[in-house]
This record gives sequence, structure tokens and C-alpha cells, in this order.
Amino acid sequence: MLYRETGQFKRNYAADQQLFPIFQDKILLAAILVVAFAVIPFIINDYWSKAILLPFMVYALVALGLNILVGYCGQISLGTGGFMAVGAYSSYKLCTAFPELNLIFVIIFSGGCTAAVGVLFGLPSLRIKGFYLAVATLAAQFFLIWMFNKVPWFYNYEMSQITAPPREVFGFLVSGPQADPTAQYLFVLGFLIVFTWIALNLVRGRIGRSWMSIRDMDIAAELLGIRPLQTKLLAFAVSSFYIGMGGAIIFHIWLGTVEATEAFDILQSFFVLFAIIIGGLGSVLGSFLGAAFMALMPVGLKVVLVDWIGMVPVTAKHIEIMLVGSLIIFFLIKEPHGLARMWQITKEKLRLWPFPY
Amino acid sequence: MDIVYAVLVQPFVDMYLDPLILIETVIKGLMAGVLYSLVALGFVLIFKASGVFNFAQGVMALFAALTLTGIMEYMPDGLPKWLVIVASLGITVVIMILLAVIIERVVLRPLVNQELIILFMATLGLSYVLEGAGDLMWGSDVKVLDIGLPTDIWDIGGVYVEQLDVTAAIAAGSLVAILAVFFTKTRIGRALRAVADDHQAALSVGISLQQIWVIVWSVAGIVALVAGIMWGSKSGVQFSLSLIALKALPVLILGGFTSIPGAIIGGLIIGLGEKIVEVFWYSVHGGAVENWFAFMLALAFLMFRPQGLFGDKIIERV
Repeated sequence: MLYRETGQFKRNYAADQQLFPIFQDKILLAAILVVAFAVIPFIINDYWSKAILLPFMVYALVALGLNILVGYCGQISLGTGGFMAVGAYSSYKLCTAFPELNLIFVIIFSGGCTAAVGVLFGLPSLRIKGFYLAVATLAAQFFLIWMFNKVPWFYNYEMSQITAPPREVFGFLVSGPQADPTAQYLFVLGFLIVFTWIALNLVRGRIGRSWMSIRDMDIAAELLGIRPLQTKLLAFAVSSFYIGMGGAIIFHIWLGTVEATEAFDILQSFFVLFAIIIGGLGSVLGSFLGAAFMALMPVGLKVVLVDWIGMVPVTAKHIEIMLVGSLIIFFLIKEPHGLARMWQITKEKLRLWPFPY
Repeated sequence: MDIVYAVLVQPFVDMYLDPLILIETVIKGLMAGVLYSLVALGFVLIFKASGVFNFAQGVMALFAALTLTGIMEYMPDGLPKWLVIVASLGITVVIMILLAVIIERVVLRPLVNQELIILFMATLGLSYVLEGAGDLMWGSDVKVLDIGLPTDIWDIGGVYVEQLDVTAAIAAGSLVAILAVFFTKTRIGRALRAVADDHQAALSVGISLQQIWVIVWSVAGIVALVAGIMWGSKSGVQFSLSLIALKALPVLILGGFTSIPGAIIGGLIIGLGEKIVEVFWYSVHGGAVENWFAFMLALAFLMFRPQGLFGDKIIERV
């Protein structure tokens, strides 16, 4: 009754090809944006920013990147942590080498650096696929982390732990220990919205379709005239670009100081992979839902198990790990397409509600 | 020029000048390789019989070792030591078999006919469950595993050899021999090979897939237990065990996913290469190459021979 597109006529192609063609979706989106821009900035505090909102937004960006590669192009990658480290360290180098450069450009350029590295490690994908590729990307993970730890040039010959210098954007301090949570939040939100919009358009256009055809059957895609080399490498580049930006934001805004071996280890790669499995492979919305789930579940569990029931934090941590694992198995069995598919089914049901046939 | 000299000349000069260190490094490398092979063996078993790429094999080794140490702690005092060890080993084997049954019921059966990549991700989830369960039951601090394996060091003409490494090599060798006999001579072994060859054809001659999977996962669990005991006696039972086990992946790529001898030889190559590069090229890279050397080697290898040294050739059919 509420969610029905009856009577919403499309009178030209532009109207037919909008990102959100249904009126109710537009209202929902507008409501979310109003809350995000006009409500949250006034009530945000340091805890909410650092423990909940920033992790969610950063992981949404990274999951979006990985989803482009794994969900849309079908190339498994376990090197996410390594690529995030590339983003973080290249942004550190850019930031210290060009102190006047605006942080926005620093983050975008470090995404570019990561894209180049991603293409390099994506080259084997032409010869190998599936598990073999997963092992090849593990090489990226371990090698990159080792490199950032061992080559002093990357941390300016100081300590291997790098610290984000304070930087202002439009007169607001967003980086460094004195930064204002509201400014940080709006900064990351801006990135997230712009690049989500770009991703949404990428995956529904020619490029996204060629990725999906490679995923579904690469030989058939080749026969259709899609070049596997360019298509796969483009997926690696775009995906690494997003992941690198995520890494740079983690370093500059969220954590402030990082050590490659701790902040970007292999568990990070698994974390993001789990986020997109739970959220839904091959779905932009799924990246958001999965990131929200993976970022918020530990916080929620900690509140319930430690603060309410009074469990030892270590035990709670073990239960959390088990729960993540079981949920992944559960989702793979019950709904291999993840939370995004569940939302879709809900929408289908809502169309008929309250009079289903 | 310095770097060229350091990469191409100096290491070989060192090797020539100090052959004892070379021999010791080679032996250490081979022994480390045996341990990698032990983990890789479990992967190969499951991959051959069900086509599942079992990412949880490393965590299974950790889980088995944790369970063993945990049970040994809870054994009543006053029993003779050999009895404690034998009883704990027996109980652990039973637990690993139970685990195989549970995995088949809960994870594999509902996922029959799914794409292999989905199954792979399910084993990723499984590795988290096992890790959490092991820590939850037995605590997450580093444990000492002592089941009476010899820990002395032999001094053979100036070359030091750890007895534990030799034990590991013997264990791996006998495991391979037992598995070879099991696969070729017994009724179940033949059924396993039939399943590995073609699921549907195996079903049509009356082989129960579910039963076979339980058997394979049990065998893999026992192999994991052996690997866990060896790793655990060497460096203590701790979480990093499951990460070391990731090294089994490049071993598989080198040896081929479907070959048991491949797993052994791949493990030896990786262990050897890793140790030699670590010791003799130290001045070039500055240490800790063990983290990634195996993966890079596998990556380079993949470019030329994607199916590995002994694997079946990858054929794509449309």
C-alpha cells in the first residue's frame, strides 16, 4: 500500500533511467540524507564518531571497493589490508612532502597510487582465477605490509609507526588529535556520498556490465568482444582506488596513528570480505549493509555481553569471533545473496502488502 | 653495483666459505618444509575428495592442538604420563571425528551443489568458528605442548639438528605412506578416489557421498592433529599457528592442488627457499622475508605453470 509505483509514469528516457526511479525510494533517500547532514552533526560526540560512525563509513567505502572487484568482476582478493596500507602510507608521504596540498586531493591521489599498485597485483588475474588468484593476492598482502615496515623511506626515516599531521579543510581541522568530530564526520560523509554515486553509475553502465559478464562466464564474455585484460585490470584499479582512499581516511581521520603490521593485517582483509559476503556480493547497498553489520556488531555485542551481562571482555571477544563465523555460514546457506537480497525481498512483499495474493 | 654484488655474488661467496652454515640452513629449511607439508596434506585430502578448498585446515590444526593440551590439563593427577598422553590423544581423535560429522551435517550438506567459491567462503567462516571455540574452551594464552617428543639437539660434525624436526619428518613420511596405502589398497580409499574423480558417477555406483565426506574430513582432522602437535611442540600452541598455516597455500600452488607427493615436495621447496633467502640474502632485504617469500615464489610460479608441479592440467570446457 505504501510502497507501490502505480501511477508513477515515466515520460522520457531520462526519467526512466534515474538512479532511484521510484518515488518512495527518493523519499527514503532524502530522509536518510537529512538525518545524515542536518541531525547527526548536531548530536555527534567523540565516542559516536570514533567508535560507530567513522568505522561504518570507512568500511562502507572499502567494502564498496572490494565489492566492485569480488562481487561485480568475480575476482577474489584477500589483499585488501595491503591495499589499505598503500593508501595510508602514500597519503602520509604526500601529506609530508606537500604540506600545502589540500587533504581532499591527498586522499584522492593516494587512491590513485593504490590503483597503480592494484593493477600491478591484478596482472596475474589474466592467467589464474579462483583460489589461485586468492593466493596471489595474499602475496600482495604480506609483501606490502612487510615493505612498509622495512623500507624507511615510507615512514620518513623515523619510527615505523606513522602519525597523521594536523590538516585543515575549508578552515576546519579534520586531521590530527585536536580535530573536531563534526568536521571529520562531514568530511568522510562527503567522500562516501560522492564515491557511492560514482560507483552506482559505474556498475550500471557499460563498464559495470562488462565486469559482470566477465564474472558470469569469462569465455563467453571474450566471445562477445569484451577484452579480459582491460576489463579485469580496470576492476582492480577502481577497486584499489576505493580501498586506498579508505586506507588514507582510516589513517588521517579515524585512527590518526597507524602501524602497518597492526592496522592493516590479514584480519582486515577477512573483515572486509566478510562484510561484503554478509551484505551481498554484487550490490552497492550490500556493501553498506555489510559494513554497518560488521562495524556495529562488535560494539553492540560488547554493550550486551560486557556491560549488561558482565562477561569478561576476552570471553566476549571469543564469542564475537564465533558469532561472525557462524553468521557467515548461516548467510551462505540461507541467503547467499546477503542482506541486500533480504531487503529486496522485503520490498517485493511490501508492494503487495496488506493484500497479498 | 653494490646491490648487484650483494644480490648475485656475495651470497654464493658466503655459501662457499662457510659450508657448515649452508648445510645447517638446508636442513632447517627442509624441516620447516616438512611442517608446511603436514598442513598442506590436509588441504589436498579434502580438495581431492570433495573439491572444497578448506581454508580452515590451519585453524583445525590449532583447534586440535588446543584441545589436546586442554584435555591433558584436565586429566586426573597421579596417572602415569604415557597413559595421560595416550588417553588425551584418543579423546582428541574422537573429538576431531565428531567435528567432521558436525561439519558435514551443518555446513557441507546444506551447501551441496553450490559454487565452489561459496564453499570456500563457508570454510573461511568455519575457521572463525573453530578459532573462537578453541579459545573459548581452552583460553587464548600460549600453551606448552609436551607429549614426550624428544627435544634435544644432535651435533653431527658441527651441524646442529633438532630431534623434534627429525620426528616431524618421520611423522610426515609415515603419514604419507599410510595415506598412500589407504588410498590405493582399501575399499574406502578406492571409493574416495572415485568420488574425487566424478561425484555423479560415484553416486551412481552406490557410494554414499555424505559418508565419504565425513571420512575425508576425519582423516584431514587427524592430519591436522599431527600437524598441530608438531607445530605446537616446536613453538607453543598459540593463535599464530593458524596464520603459519596460511603458508600451506603457496605450498599447494607449487605442488598442485590434487597431488599428495606434490604437497610434500612443494613444502620442502618453500621451506628450503625461505630459509636460504632469509640467511644468505639478509643484507639485501633486512629480515622477516618468511612472511611473504613463499607467496611471491608461488605467484611467480603461477605465471608459468598454473596447475603446479604435479597437479592435473586445468582444462576449461564451455
